Formats: sequence, structure tokens, C-alpha cells
Amino acid sequence: MSAPAMAAAGSRAGSRSRAWRPAAGHVFVSGYVVLLVAFGLVPTAYALNLAFTDAGGRFAGLANFVRTAQDHRFLAAVGHVGTYLALWLVTLTVLVLALALLVHRLAAAWSRAVLRFVYYVPGALAGASSVLLWLFMLDPSVSPIDGVVRTLWGSTFVAVVAPGHLPWLFTIIAFWTGAGGWIVIMYGALNSIPHEVIEAARVDGAGPLRTALRVQLPMLRKWIVYMLILSLAAGTQLFVEPQLISQASFGVVGTDYSLNQLAYLYAFDQNDFNGSAAIAIDLLIVALCCAGLFVAKGGLFDAD
Amino acid sequence: MRRRSPAILITAVLFTVAACGPPNPAGTERPGTATPASDSASSSKYGFAPAPQEDGKLVVWVDSTRLDAAKAYQAAHPGAQLDIVTYDGNANGSNSLKTKVQLFNRAGEGWPDVVFTTDNNTASWASQGSGAFVAPLDKGLIDRNTLSGFAKGALDVCTVDGTVYCLRNDLAQVVLWYNKKLLDEFGYEVPATWEEYQALGERVAAEHPGYLVGTAGDAWAPEIYMWGAQCPANQVTAAKAITVKATDPACVRAAKLIDKLVANKTMSLLPLFGPDFAKNQGDKVLMLPGPAWYGGAVFQGALKTPKGTLAVGDALHWADQSPPVTGNVGGGAWWVSRHSARLEAARDFVTWVTTADAYQVDKSPGYPAYSPAAAKWIAKQQDSGYYAGDIAAPITAAADQVWPGWGSPEFSQEAVWAKTVIPAQTAGKTVESLLPEWQTAIEQQAQVLGYQVAG
Repeated sequence: MSAPAMAAAGSRAGSRSRAWRPAAGHVFVSGYVVLLVAFGLVPTAYALNLAFTDAGGRFAGLANFVRTAQDHRFLAAVGHVGTYLALWLVTLTVLVLALALLVHRLAAAWSRAVLRFVYYVPGALAGASSVLLWLFMLDPSVSPIDGVVRTLWGSTFVAVVAPGHLPWLFTIIAFWTGAGGWIVIMYGALNSIPHEVIEAARVDGAGPLRTALRVQLPMLRKWIVYMLILSLAAGTQLFVEPQLISQASFGVVGTDYSLNQLAYLYAFDQNDFNGSAAIAIDLLIVALCCAGLFVAKGGLFDAD
Repeated sequence: MRRRSPAILITAVLFTVAACGPPNPAGTERPGTATPASDSASSSKYGFAPAPQEDGKLVVWVDSTRLDAAKAYQAAHPGAQLDIVTYDGNANGSNSLKTKVQLFNRAGEGWPDVVFTTDNNTASWASQGSGAFVAPLDKGLIDRNTLSGFAKGALDVCTVDGTVYCLRNDLAQVVLWYNKKLLDEFGYEVPATWEEYQALGERVAAEHPGYLVGTAGDAWAPEIYMWGAQCPANQVTAAKAITVKATDPACVRAAKLIDKLVANKTMSLLPLFGPDFAKNQGDKVLMLPGPAWYGGAVFQGALKTPKGTLAVGDALHWADQSPPVTGNVGGGAWWVSRHSARLEAARDFVTWVTTADAYQVDKSPGYPAYSPAAAKWIAKQQDSGYYAGDIAAPITAAADQVWPGWGSPEFSQEAVWAKTVIPAQTAGKTVESLLPEWQTAIEQQAQVLGYQVAG
């Protein structure tokens, strides 16, 4: 082959290697991408359009954001959701990791299997069903743990759902229904840590606590960040729990407790879809900022 | 060495976006494009422009109590095609009908043909403007003779600008329910005024601790005590104007009455329909000021009060009230959708359930708003042998004593009270001390919905 011909062939080969080619990975993610576009990006674009326009479709700038932020219910709802998120994320992280480490240290294989199953069972209840279950648990007149409920929160359901108790109650409900799956995931992540590393730590004189704090938890950092991002996204959208407790308490807990409820009221009580979309975008911005912070600090996508 | 992928930010965004869908429906219709509420279609026999009429199932929304009405209609009309849907009936200010209708307006479809509500707020938000949902009934849809058969003032709660939008199911005038057997045993007289009632409450606390003369744990407590005291906290002066004076002396004295009896434990703060009340206090009820429907729903239903013990006294009033007035708790209403494609069937249904003896006399737990049925209902209750003494006279008299100064705005006063007063009361605060907060809460709720508020 002549030199120019070889060069041309080489050039074609090089361009082929740089060109995009479908791979198995693309097939695997295609379903997710389609659903993400249909149920994530398109509704978000729709909400953005509504948030920056008025009822007549004219550009409204930040008017919807200003108006909703001045609503007397807005700051209260921000406070409620913020308090709940702080409690929920901290307790979730601490307790999930503690329980996962505990299960991981158990010697007997059967006890590990049983505990993993037990942790996972509450998560099998769908969101609304688990809240309904907790409505019975929290009503002292019908609760199987009425002694505990009366001691902690009060002797009537109205006393139990007092405003100061609600962030704790929602945290307990969320932990009960959501933590089991994360414990199982963290247990799997702990299993992925090479045995040689743990053995080296033991040889160096590290006890169980030091091994957990200095070896295992740092190696779980990305998993923890992943858990926090998804839990944050779910937590900012607090809706079902206060909505059902509002009904069960005959309105003593208002229907405007959380930001998502407020957005719902704007849309379907006040017929103000633009204001509703503005609140939804507020939530999106906060969740994006927090997720970005977690990703940056947690190195979720760093290649080792 | 660590390498930061350029996909980090994109992926972080996708993560969050995937979890953060906006709470918007799929509909894209803008407000104002739903079926217009213009009644200019005077050529229509209904007085408004109806949707194209066609055969099909009549979609009826009822609360659990009115399920009997729909079933009774079905039994009496075996050929009728009904799709009966049970919902909460807007009880306790849940606002569920409004939220659903706003969604249907957005989607341009989905409205039920007939709806029952336990509250009287629907006309204020559903009869006007581009998103109007309820059909005018006195422009040709409902027979004049039928409309004239309802008790005086019964349809006022759903009359806007002279047009009637509902058929009232029952009246809910407040009277005094009492346990005659216990009262005789304790040697007490039936009180006639709120002053006598409070004095009796103080005696009961001292002489028979544990027994109750009332409850204030429900969202409708202000409709019993504040409404009956002529408290001017809810004066709707125009379609979008309300005057709120919750710290008026009339409200203060009603608040003091509640506080005094709650403090001496003769007034319960448990909700009447909660599991606690029936279980722990149901047999301790000496008397309860409450609406006409308490007899069936509360005493016969929830509390299972034995036959021959329950009696009714005249509605309590304050000594200086002339003429004496009383409050009102609900008294449901039936509404027809202006979007219905089965208006004839809807007309037949609402006419039957509000006027037919087969439901209103035989099955209804409350005092019928339709006068001919009311006379038979009260006679039937009297003849049942359940009640001790004459219940017809006090309930019938109270029907004409409901104070007209308590309005029906777009929002629920029950929801405002439940959220603002009840939790604070449970925490030990007095209603009197909460009146300014109640005032603020009403004002804020009114302003949210675009009302002009005067204090």
C-alpha cells in the first residue's frame, strides 16, 4: 500500500474511533432517559413556563415568585420543611450507618439475613399506606403502643399532632418506611470493601469503632452522598403525611403545612397555577443547590 | 490522581429533576377557557347554555351518610344508571370538592353530574365567573312548586344575586340535646339561656364531676357558640367582601362561656366522632348544644344512647337577645353541574332525594329542608319512641331562629377554627386569649382568596 493510501486509511480509522457508536450501555439507560424526559424534564419545562408567565400567558418576570413568597403561609411552610429535612437527614444518616455496621459485624449468617429482611419489611408498604398505619399507631385511643405515645406526646390525638411534634412524627414515619432499603444498600456497600483492608486495620491495632470511623465510613462516602441526595429530593416534597394527618385530625393540622401542599392549594384552591409553579421552581432550585453541594463535597462522580 | 468528569453537573441536575416533578396537572387549558358561566342563553329551557345532552350513567358524589340517599334512589328507580362515588363531602372544611373542580376545569372534563356537600360555601366559589361549576336551579331546571316547598330561608345559603344554585338536604339549627333520665335523676331544670346553661355547668362540675354539658373539640364549635352569640366574625357583605370582628363583646362572652366550662371539665375538647369520645365520655353526656342532626348521627349513631333517655330543649339564647337566635352547623346541599350531559336525570335525582318520603322521611338522619317532608320526619321521629318527650316543638321553632348574620364565604370557617384555635386550646390556652389570633387567621384566609377585609 502506498504511503498516502496508508495515511488515508489511518485517518479513516482514527475518525471511526472518535465517532459516536451505540454501545450496550446506551441501550441500558435508554428507558430511563425516555422516562426522565417525559416525566422529569418536560414537566419541569412546563412549570418554568408557568412560573414566569401570568394567567394570560404573558411574561411576568419574577412576579409569581415575589407574590408567593409574600404569602403569609410561605415562610411557615419553609420553616416546617426545613426543620423536617434537618431532622430527617441527620437521623437517617446516623441510624442507617449504625444499623448497617451492626448487621455487618454479626457473626452468624442467618442472623444477618433475618435482620436485613426485618429492616426491609416496613419499606414494602407504599407511602400512603404507611402513613395510614401510623395514624393508628399515633392515636392513643387505638394505638398498640399507647403507653409510649401518651408518655412522649399526649393522651389525645390532637395533642399528639401538636405543631411542635410534627417534624419528629414525620421523621419517624419517613425513617420507618424508607430506611430499611438504605440499610440493605449500605450493608452491600460494606461487603464491597476488600477484606485485606479491614484485616490491615486490625493488624495495625484498630478496634471495631476506629475501623468503622477511619476505614469503613470514608469508603462509603459516595453511597452516603447518593442516599442524602435522593432523601433530600423526597423530603422537600413532603405532602402525603401532613395531608393525611390533616384529614385524620379533622383539620387541626392545616392543609398548608408544607411547600408542596401550598403549591397544591395555589393550583386547586386558588386556581393560580402560575403561583403554584413558582413554588415548585423554588423547591427545585433549593434541591439542586443542595444536591450540587453534596456532589461537590462528597466526590460522588470522582474516578478513583 | 482524581479526575473530575464533566458529566458531574449534568448528572446532579438530572438526579434532582427526576425527583422533583412540579405539582401540576397534565391539562394545559388556561383559566377562562372552561365552559363559560354566561347565562345569556335565555333561549335554553334551563336558563344557561347546557352541554350537549346524551345518555349514560349519572355520576353522583355523596358523603358516606348520604350514600343511603343514592341507594334509595336506585332502589326506587331500578332502570336509572348511576355511578355513585363516595367522598368526604367537604366535611371539616376539607375543601376537597373545590380542589377537584379546579382540576376538572383545567382538564375540561371529569365533573360529576350531581354533588352533595355538607357545607354551605360552594355557591360562593362555584356559581360565578369563567370557572363556574354549579347550575342555576330556579331558571327552569327545577320546578317552581318544588322550590317553593323548601323552608323559609333554607335556600338562602346557596342563593347568589337572587339565583338559587342548590337544593338543601337538611336544616341544621342548633338546639339543646339532653339526657332526660340523668337530668331528672340529678334534679336539674333544663336551661333556657346560655347564662343558665353556664350556671348549670358549674353546678355539674361541683356535684357530678365527670359529666358533660357540651363539647368544643370539633371544627364546628364556632357555629354552635359564636354563631349563636351573634359574634360578628364572619359577615359577608358582598361577593368579595367580608367584615371580621372576632374580638367583639358578643364573641368574648361566648369565648368566656367555653373557657369556663372547659376549665371545670364539663365541656370536652375531644372530637365527637373520634374514637376517644364514644369510648371514654359517651355515657357521661348530660347535655349537648348541637344541630338537629345530632339526634341521629351522634346519639343514635356514635354514642348508642339508649332509647327513652334523649330529649330536646329549646335552642339556648343569651338573655338580652331579642328575638332569640341560634346557630347552625352545616345542613347539606345538593348541586347540579352545569357541565352535565344528563340534566334531566340530574334534575330527577336531586328533586327525589330532597323531597321524596322514601329518603327524607324514612332514612334521613337530619331535619329535612323540604317542609312537607320535615313535618312527616319530625312526626316519625316522635312516634319512634326513641326520644323522651316532645322534640317537634323545639326543633321546629329553632328552624326559624338561625341568626342570618353568619356568612358563607368561599373559605371554610371550620378549617380556620380547627387550625388556629383547637391546637392552642389543647395546649391550655383560653379561647378568649385566642380571639385576636382567630381574627388574624380569618382575615389572612379571606385575603388569600381576594376578599376585601374590614375589621
